Amino acid sequence: MAFLLEIRLHGRGGQGAVTAANLLAVAALRSGNKDAQASPFFGAERRGAPVKAFARISSEEINLRSQIYNPDLVIVLDQHLLDLVDVTEGLKKGGTLLINTKKRPAEIVSYFPNTIRVATVDATGLALKYEIKVGGIPVVNTAILGAIPKVTSAIKIEKIIEVIKGRFPGESGDKNAKAARDAFGMTEVSP
Amino acid sequence: MKLIMDTANHIAGEAAKAARAEVVAAYPITPQTTVVEYIQKLISNGEFDADFICVESEHSAMAATIGASATGVRTFTATSSHGLLYMHEMLHWAALARLPIVMVNINRTIGPGWNIWADHQDSMAQRDTGWLQFHCGSNQEVFDTVIQSYKIAEAEEIQLPIMVNFDAFILSHTSMPVSIPDQPVIDKFLPKRKPVWKLDSSDPLTHGNIIPPDPYLEIRKSMQESQDKARDLIRTTAEEWKKLTGFWHGGTVEEYRAEDADLVVLAMGTLGSEAKVAVDRLRKERIKAGVFRIRSFRPFPIDEIKKLSEETKLVVVDKALSFGGEGVLYSEVKSALYGRKNEIFGWIAGLGGKDVSWQDLVQMVKAVKDGKAKPVNWQKGGKGAITGFI
Amino acid sequence: MREIFTTISRPVKGATEKTGQWRTFKPLLDKKKCTRCLRCWILCPDGAIQRNEDESVEINLEYCKGCGICANECPVKAIRMVREE
Repeated sequence: MAFLLEIRLHGRGGQGAVTAANLLAVAALRSGNKDAQASPFFGAERRGAPVKAFARISSEEINLRSQIYNPDLVIVLDQHLLDLVDVTEGLKKGGTLLINTKKRPAEIVSYFPNTIRVATVDATGLALKYEIKVGGIPVVNTAILGAIPKVTSAIKIEKIIEVIKGRFPGESGDKNAKAARDAFGMTEVSP
Repeated sequence: MKLIMDTANHIAGEAAKAARAEVVAAYPITPQTTVVEYIQKLISNGEFDADFICVESEHSAMAATIGASATGVRTFTATSSHGLLYMHEMLHWAALARLPIVMVNINRTIGPGWNIWADHQDSMAQRDTGWLQFHCGSNQEVFDTVIQSYKIAEAEEIQLPIMVNFDAFILSHTSMPVSIPDQPVIDKFLPKRKPVWKLDSSDPLTHGNIIPPDPYLEIRKSMQESQDKARDLIRTTAEEWKKLTGFWHGGTVEEYRAEDADLVVLAMGTLGSEAKVAVDRLRKERIKAGVFRIRSFRPFPIDEIKKLSEETKLVVVDKALSFGGEGVLYSEVKSALYGRKNEIFGWIAGLGGKDVSWQDLVQMVKAVKDGKAKPVNWQKGGKGAITGFI
Repeated sequence: MREIFTTISRPVKGATEKTGQWRTFKPLLDKKKCTRCLRCWILCPDGAIQRNEDESVEINLEYCKGCGICANECPVKAIRMVREE
């Protein structure tokens, strides 16, 4: 049976949601999947405004070129977006919502439909800890990538670390990789 | 062979580099901009040995490309939408001058209302310029098609420019895995250009002098003969590439489960790729459907389409429209099948980037199967906040 | 057999025959007045003025169409146009 995972990322312009989608797709290929796609929301994006990015991962060649309406996994890079955007829109029953927040799943699970799993990780805390900042603002995209292998077996944490180090060489890559590794350990998933 | 994950725009730049284009003249326009940025970066890093000519418009971009190509070198450019329309006069010029320019056009619709998303209205408006026009369904196909296009365009019997089209954002800004063959493999497939005429001060000549009606008719006929000859060459070039690299996207047409199909979807670009998903679903419901993804719109694959049985019903999905006429692809298919019994149905869909999903395509095929389709049909749009009837 | 057919022209002498026959007026050059500035040689639209090694000029009446540009442009009036007999 062909495996297909459709992912939507919510972030703010400049937070690196598109980069995260790209790195995620590369890590998926290296984890043994046959095909992957990563794309921004099709249109003009502005720094600070809510933005979306998308990824598809499959065990087969992907011929789909239409947009993703019913993701299996939604990743929220900024918890404040929860007040602005319906992040669960179209999320499949049994799908997973992964949020960057200090809160634990048990504290927030009641806000969401009980048909989905909720996972949380304090990616902002990790970005601050490892001083991953651009213009003084913490960048959470690499940290949250580390949480993804916790919610899907299609992507391996080693491959996430590998693509992060490949994308950001030297000390910066080490910091980003550490943040991702910590995130993998810290991510909690609702039952 | 190197596997990279990148957008079709960057891949187009990689292809121009791999083809060893010597001159690139281009003007940026959304969604083509990142092609130009990427090539300029490669050139300034010393990874791509080409001259980049900055110009003030697309008309000039094509004029400079024509000038460079006329000196006998390999040239590349890229544009989109209004940029392509602004080039229109020079597109005719390039083809009549028999210059084997390869250009990437990122299919984007035309304004107003301002819209940066994909449909095929821009390239369809260039249908009669004499250019060969190819459409791609994946980033790998973009790379492979650009390389193949130089070989086809520069063939002694062709000597015509080629427009390699792909859909705005759906490919241009979407990352997909692409395998790039080693440079010696590409060099072997695509040797240095051998111009049949060139501007050379040591052997002076002019091109485009005044020409009376009798020979003028002959030069136009010669262009048509070259277009006709290209049909075979497109297939054999793709076969040669397959032998070297393993990659195959079809000849003038990519056929998918069409052999025994009662209903065949004809579409171009990414829509043709999505149609494969629709066909897989329909087959699960025991509906014998197939896909003809038209790779070469010019020359039009008349013979391939004629191979379909007269019992086959055709579902032609157009992302462009000839106003006062009908869908452009729809017209072309009907014309190719003149005198035959096939029932042919057309859909106008996906204009201005309106998403056409496999579910939409399944509905179209089912409507034809159940006798509910009209000859010409429209996908349903919406009103939105800033439009209205006056 | 030709592969493609297109509009290439190479420089040839007298592609439209002996155009000197088109003339109504012909230029007459007064070599004594000529300063060898070569203006006529540059400006002749038909290349009908020859430049010699010593920078003197000759008018080739086989191809001169008699347009009179040389006479008009000559700064010392060394060329004048006269009606053909």
